[in-house]
Amino acid sequence: MPHRIEIISKFKDERTEIRLKKIHSLGNLEVKNIFIVDVYTIDKNFSFENLETFASLLSNPVTQTFFIDKPFFPNEFSWAIEIGFLSGVTDNVGNTAKEILIDKLSANEYNNNLSVYTSTLTFIEEKISLEKVQKIADNFSNHLINSIRIKNKSSYFQTNGMGIFIPKVELKPNSNADEVNLNVSDDELLKIGKFGILENQNQENEFRRGSLALELDYLKTIQNYFASQKRNPKDVEIESLAQTWSEHCKHTIFAAQIDEIENGIFKTYIKKATDDIRKLKGENDICISIFHDNAGGIIFDENFVVTDKVETHNTPSALDPFGGSVTGILGVNRDTIGFGKGAKPILNRYGFCFGFPNDESQLFRDKEKNYPLLFPKKILEGVVEGVNVGGNCSGIPTPQGFLFFDNRYKGKPLVFVGTIGLIPKTLNHESKSISLIEKKAQVGDYIVTIGGKVGQDGIHGATFSSETLSETSPSTAVQIGDAITQKKMSDAIIKDARNLNLYNSITDNGAGGLSCSVAEMARECGGAFVELEKVPTKYPNLPPWKIWISESQERMTLSVPKEKWNQFSELMKKHEVEATIIGEFTNSEKCVVSFYGKEVMNIDLEFLHNGLPKKNLKTESQKISKIKSFADLYFENSSFSHQEKLLHLLSHPNICSTQFVSEQYDHTVQGTSIISPLIGKGKVNGNTSVIRPILSSWKGVSVSQSLFPHLTEINPYLTSGITIDKSIGNLISIGTPLNHIALLDNFCWCDALNPKRLWQLKETALGCYDFAVQYQTPFISGKDSMFNDFRGYDEFGNEINISVLPTLLISSIGVITDIRKCVTMDFKFEDDEIFLVGKSFLETKNSTPSFKAIQEAIELEILSSSYSIQIGGIAVGLAKISIAGSLGIEVNLDEKILFDDFETQFIVSVEKKHSKKFEEICNKHNSNFKKIGKVVPEKKFTIKNFENKTLIESNLLELENYYKKPFESF
Amino acid sequence: MKVFILSGYGFNCEEETKFAFEVAGATCDIVHINDWIKNKKRIFDYQMLAIPGGFSYGDDTGSGNAMANKIRNHLWEEILEFVNQDKLVIGICNGFQVLVNLGLLPSIENNYGKRTVALLHNNKGRYLNTWINIKIENDKCVFTKNISQMFLPIAHGEGNFFAEENILQQLNSNEQIVLRYCLENGFLANQIFPFNPNGAIEDVAGICSPNGKIFGLMPHPERAIFFTQRPDWNFLKEKFKREKKEIPKLNDGIEIFRNAVNYFK
Repeated sequence: MPHRIEIISKFKDERTEIRLKKIHSLGNLEVKNIFIVDVYTIDKNFSFENLETFASLLSNPVTQTFFIDKPFFPNEFSWAIEIGFLSGVTDNVGNTAKEILIDKLSANEYNNNLSVYTSTLTFIEEKISLEKVQKIADNFSNHLINSIRIKNKSSYFQTNGMGIFIPKVELKPNSNADEVNLNVSDDELLKIGKFGILENQNQENEFRRGSLALELDYLKTIQNYFASQKRNPKDVEIESLAQTWSEHCKHTIFAAQIDEIENGIFKTYIKKATDDIRKLKGENDICISIFHDNAGGIIFDENFVVTDKVETHNTPSALDPFGGSVTGILGVNRDTIGFGKGAKPILNRYGFCFGFPNDESQLFRDKEKNYPLLFPKKILEGVVEGVNVGGNCSGIPTPQGFLFFDNRYKGKPLVFVGTIGLIPKTLNHESKSISLIEKKAQVGDYIVTIGGKVGQDGIHGATFSSETLSETSPSTAVQIGDAITQKKMSDAIIKDARNLNLYNSITDNGAGGLSCSVAEMARECGGAFVELEKVPTKYPNLPPWKIWISESQERMTLSVPKEKWNQFSELMKKHEVEATIIGEFTNSEKCVVSFYGKEVMNIDLEFLHNGLPKKNLKTESQKISKIKSFADLYFENSSFSHQEKLLHLLSHPNICSTQFVSEQYDHTVQGTSIISPLIGKGKVNGNTSVIRPILSSWKGVSVSQSLFPHLTEINPYLTSGITIDKSIGNLISIGTPLNHIALLDNFCWCDALNPKRLWQLKETALGCYDFAVQYQTPFISGKDSMFNDFRGYDEFGNEINISVLPTLLISSIGVITDIRKCVTMDFKFEDDEIFLVGKSFLETKNSTPSFKAIQEAIELEILSSSYSIQIGGIAVGLAKISIAGSLGIEVNLDEKILFDDFETQFIVSVEKKHSKKFEEICNKHNSNFKKIGKVVPEKKFTIKNFENKTLIESNLLELENYYKKPFESF
Repeated sequence: MKVFILSGYGFNCEEETKFAFEVAGATCDIVHINDWIKNKKRIFDYQMLAIPGGFSYGDDTGSGNAMANKIRNHLWEEILEFVNQDKLVIGICNGFQVLVNLGLLPSIENNYGKRTVALLHNNKGRYLNTWINIKIENDKCVFTKNISQMFLPIAHGEGNFFAEENILQQLNSNEQIVLRYCLENGFLANQIFPFNPNGAIEDVAGICSPNGKIFGLMPHPERAIFFTQRPDWNFLKEKFKREKKEIPKLNDGIEIFRNAVNYFK
């Protein structure tokens, strides 16, 4: 008999006020009070005495009390809402509770037959309609992951509480791999590609398993391959090919011939830029491991390499914002742990593109309006919280990031997550020096998976993120991350197993699950043999194809030499990390998979990895027009005064303070913070972060990001240049030397097979080549996501398509020689002189002179503050610097350039006695500069033109108020 | 002095805690809790136990609760013996939460094991990482001797100190309340956000055992041992430069670790 423990607060529960606030923000909902109860449902019979022990282990006697197998009846309530998890959804607290009970009982035999599920019961003290209660329940839950049960007071009394609800996964035994007949019409082939393999064919409950995202030419190639093998494929094989050949994994568009570019834009523009730069830089090359590993690496010092990778997790975040972003950040952490033989994550970064948070027009994925899209605000809250949990629980500082809003991100948000890692180049082990950068699975090594178990969650993630978000998007792709399982795994690898040289290779289980990680590692030695029944699963009866492709989180695959298995296995046990041998690396040139002795997959590695036909795509060129500043686009034809424009811009969500995000992300953990996200007394969001990853060295790592997606459609080539220029400029502004900067490219495109979009893509990629080479800043890693489109219906049932702005995110990373010389943006002292540095980028298309001038001035320690211009232009920049330093200004500016984003590169302030020296440095490097005024002690903010006419007259209080208002209530 | 720093299951500040102790002159070993359980007596090779910050068990079932359960199940006797000797214990952030759930703090009248105070969810309902000022209330605690005020980072979601009135009274009269949140000028925060960042009753940020040798605090001194870890170091550097003063290398937080090391000198 299962049991139910309800835990209630004896005193005020801090969570109630926050939830009440949330309820009130739903509008028209006056709720007097709520009462929250934490529920643990234990699916196993125990004595009352045992249960009492459990309840006291799960509660705090100082503040809480509990009820066992009898419901709590509050004095006043009208409704009870219980929100739990749907079956199969990761329940982290439930899993911890189970661990607590097993540890107490010292009863490991319960591991497999005891389950604990958690739910939250909320009593509502207000007589409101069922409809409104449902609205509240919806706001506290997500129908893709949560179960909701609602009772009114009388039914709660009559039925003696909420009763017991057990979200257990029960699958019918179906342990065979099905054969798939590919000798069918092209129509049927297309159906398999678009909707998936047919299950229960010719039976009443016939259904398709979900899109494989395979186009006809791919399916034909597969058909031919199996015809040549003289057999029909198994479902495992088709599913496996679909994962490996997905746009997500093989970047088919970046590899395709586009117009005259035979080798594709990745090889021709991105990779070639890096190759050419490395040649140009010769022995000053900073690259260590480029493009082929899970992340890119550059030199940190003679002993260490820093790695960097930026991922996107867009579609999962659209469906379940919290789960999507937490699995996104944990996933990119694993890319770091999977770099070489394992780098230690030392910094996370993020970038979120959403629809405007006040937008509440309802969209649906289906015509019948059963599947509503989440509102941008809810997506924002969930995504922000996901990275909070993922980053904070992992102990990785998360200082760097941005929020960008445009209604073009309303159909599908963009969620960028990145991780920087640190790894020693070599390991001295048993008096041998072993490279930690190179890895190679050896024939005869065990294939070992470590970390979480496999479930139905995360099926078809790789294939569906390669498609438009629509009605057919599978909810099984939704997952919740488990940061602590991953933290244990990370510690076991980075802090122990790696340093004992216990494995030859390691990689992340991300998109495509085992099917991709094993197949990828099999290339290192020439083959793999896997026994799928050995893979640990969350519940019985998972069919083999699901085990093979499930993207269940927090898992990695390793290649462990047989003689090291015992030591490896003991080590994993100590860290409480599950480690399992699932097969062996071979040199058969094949990827062979069996399930209880029957072969379910046998494909040539060559075909698996290189068999996919290359695409041949054509573009259609577009008209380009003049690049405009953000203010010009935003204020088009409006008659605001300069003053009004400044205040409007400061409170635009793309410019205003995002302190609420910065402060909920731990940026001081590891003790490495040098330039943190909030700058100066006024706590203004900076655009560059610096850490000191080794506390005994003065060297630092600086990171920044840049994007101008609102300009791509105007002029994609130049937008690419602007984006790169800014991403580098930000690093320069705080003191990063130009010769130690590398870049990462993330293309989040839309409708990418459309020749017009493809042309924009091609132009952008060409820009990447030209401008990266100009600054000699190599690309070290990148990622593309080509179909960020939404196809659905509006509230009237009309069809609607929303494509994201074609978005290029350039992330930059640099190494600083001495962090003590870094300069922040905030004005420091009155009477310091303010300079603009650099010429219009739209004119020069090259900021090298101003970069060099700033670099030398910082090296000589004569700048008191330094800021690289962001959207909003010079006036917005001055306002932010003033707020940050809590000091006013008096400057003279040409009113035409007040809000210009591109007119100049930097705003710096210099102590008077250094001004002459600073001017000399600018002249030496041929950098334009203009002294525009000075810092004043009063909190006044005055901008005049050269005829001394006042353009803007404000004060810091007003500016700060506008700058901080928009997200104040978040 | 040798420090035993606990690790595993989601603790994550053990390395910077080790670094801070080393800068202060101690030697440290980071020990996974399962290695400790395997060899329970090894703790007695050390003068001090440090439970670092982090997210043991992901804060599931209440921060510090699951880890406290594990320690109580396997290591209670050793811990009791340890604190009854002339040894020191510090719990920082998550470590503080563990000590409170173990009933090692405040251990009024040396009643080790009884839970009497709690660290609840921040009253703003969210994890918060920011810098705060704290005032050292008395000289009772070994770790805070000769310090009057400090500027330290906090980074937690559950740091809202709570105790019932009678317990608070005892803590006050025993001088077990060591740290309180305050303003830059030393006035108490009086529960006003953001000076008191979590709603802690009476602005309590840290407490110690009656003998002053077990210390728990929400702020992270190990993240504030260097001048350049301060969020305002860039401004201060410019200020000191203009005043022709030397630019310091170290910062407030190191004093806590030095006091611990000096205790055994």
